[in-house]
Amino acid sequence: MADSQREQTMSRAMVDAIAHEMRGNEEVFYMGEDVADYGGIFDSTEGLREEFGYDRIMDVPISETAYLGAAVGAAQAGMRPIAELMFVDFFGVAMDQIYNQMAKNTYMSGRSVSVPMVLTAAVGGTYNDAAQHSQTLYGTFAHLPGMKVVVPSTAYDARGLMHNAIRDDDPVVYLFHKRLMGIGWLPAPDGPKTPVPEDDYTIPFGSADVKREGDDVTIVTLGLHVHRALAAAESLAADGIDAEVVDLRSLVPLDAETVVESVEKTGRLVVVDEDYRSFGVTGEIVARVADDALASLDAVERVAVPDVPIPYARPLESEVIPSTDDITAAVERTQG
Amino acid sequence: MVSASELQEMYADMATARHYEERLEEEYLEGKQPAFDISAGPIPGELHLAAGHEASGAGVCQHLRDDDTVTAPHRPHHVAIAKGVDLKRMTAEIFGRETGLGRGKGGHMHLFDPDVNFACSGIIAEGCPPAVGAGLAAKKRNTDSVAVAFLGEGAIDQGAFLESLNLAAVHDLPVVFVVEDNDWAISMPKSRVTDVEDGSKRADGFDLPGVRVESDDAVAVYEAAGDAIGRARDQNGPTLLEVQVHRRMGHFMGDAEGYRPETDRTAATERDSIERMEAHLRAHGVDDDRIDDLRSAAHDRVEEAITWAKDQPEPAPEAAYDDVFTNPPSGVTDSEPAVDSGGAD
Repeated sequence: MADSQREQTMSRAMVDAIAHEMRGNEEVFYMGEDVADYGGIFDSTEGLREEFGYDRIMDVPISETAYLGAAVGAAQAGMRPIAELMFVDFFGVAMDQIYNQMAKNTYMSGRSVSVPMVLTAAVGGTYNDAAQHSQTLYGTFAHLPGMKVVVPSTAYDARGLMHNAIRDDDPVVYLFHKRLMGIGWLPAPDGPKTPVPEDDYTIPFGSADVKREGDDVTIVTLGLHVHRALAAAESLAADGIDAEVVDLRSLVPLDAETVVESVEKTGRLVVVDEDYRSFGVTGEIVARVADDALASLDAVERVAVPDVPIPYARPLESEVIPSTDDITAAVERTQG
Repeated sequence: MVSASELQEMYADMATARHYEERLEEEYLEGKQPAFDISAGPIPGELHLAAGHEASGAGVCQHLRDDDTVTAPHRPHHVAIAKGVDLKRMTAEIFGRETGLGRGKGGHMHLFDPDVNFACSGIIAEGCPPAVGAGLAAKKRNTDSVAVAFLGEGAIDQGAFLESLNLAAVHDLPVVFVVEDNDWAISMPKSRVTDVEDGSKRADGFDLPGVRVESDDAVAVYEAAGDAIGRARDQNGPTLLEVQVHRRMGHFMGDAEGYRPETDRTAATERDSIERMEAHLRAHGVDDDRIDDLRSAAHDRVEEAITWAKDQPEPAPEAAYDDVFTNPPSGVTDSEPAVDSGGAD
């Protein structure tokens, strides 16, 4: 590894990208609840208020409709706001501003209006926060046209995707998984902490990343479950099954080509998602592969949250959120 | 005027609520020290405790009956206790047990006890519209039930609250909105998020009464709430009531409160609504032995609930698939009428 790289948590890499963009562009600013003195409940803005002050790292009232809508307006005025939903589950409070304004104004204006903003939100479960604080909602945002949707799984990806998100001229929904951030009270698995270059760099949207190469089965996933899939792949390797793990990194745009190429090589597809099973990411990926490579497809499995809200008690939450063992079992079912 | 027996009932609720939160803190932190891992210890998930809020729950709910509806926010325990929620089943829910109020599905921010018409929600201000709905049902059915929505001062900038004020006002619904002002929305002081220090002034814009109780004196709360709830019960419309309370603990357990001046935290612990209530009791001729008995009984009740809850089984993993629908999907087609297709094949 080059000297200019050092290991960082995912939150630190995100914050570094934001700070870099803010230093270079006075028009970038951040709005959210508890983002100033607290530094973000999930460390998403740690240290930024100290450097940029309250005017650019703005604590806002608990008024999501107003401040997310204000980000839309400021973006349309040419600024580059970043607005944070503390938990993605709170989207319902402000869905009109997200979906009827932020996501549609470019189209409805015939592209005479741009909305260059980033909507960041913490996603995911695994810590028993129950039905209103544990969802990922990946499929919901990706389903509704007009938003680019990115989901980093490592510090390296988080940094490059954030630079790209802030510089992009379209609304970008940047969904970071709480369990990956490297927060003391919510320990991350091995994997999201990676070397990160000092200098800025971008990761283009729509470029899935093959996190592990293999010939026997393609596991397509995103977010926290990249790491669970990699752990499953290691245990499968001991049994002689060589799994390829594809990290989508963005849902909109979707890099179906990388997925299809992998399935053409392996013939077997397992899609793993921490979102609800029906009408979501797993079904979409299977459909894309069926569109382009049906003849190559010998076996398909979906591993996702069964169609129930996320329950609170530990045995219940563990049952519904896909585990490493669930992934391993699904892969084994494809090997008949 | 409050009677000595009512004072004792309120004191029992307050002492129960305070001891409950202190004991839950201990239970929650078990296994989480010195390194705080949210997944360790006997209580799952986040925990928002209400020590310092007791006067508001007790003073308001003293006027309520089981048929009156209460909605509470993410910091609900003191309100639930004062409303008469089943303490054992509530505690079992908080410990994630099968016999909990929600069979372990909901957890501490999502407690439902329909026997006393209590519910809470983890989304800020989102208990307000359902409280308006309960008031609407009471009005349509011509009963004298009322509904009370509890929320924090951070919630009064939220659309769901302001829209609810207006809807309740225009239809003269029997709803009381109780804002518990503990000065902090997690790390954000009120001065950073609103120019209006007195939250009860929000009422002016909707032409309904707004009242602020400047201290967490349960008797002052009792009197103000009595007026508001009486007004609602007499079908004279909604009231907005704000009560100054204090956050004696962090926003959630594990919150180091690095943003909070030490003087503010100290001031919150020094203004003790429980001690103030004991002074009221003495002034009403209740002697120290009786106060000790009330406190002791409250502590016993808490210990009994926690002991019972911890002895309950965890839900079986497959129970996760139950309870999504009242009528499971396969059950609703029974009544679908046969359609005569008109003879076509």
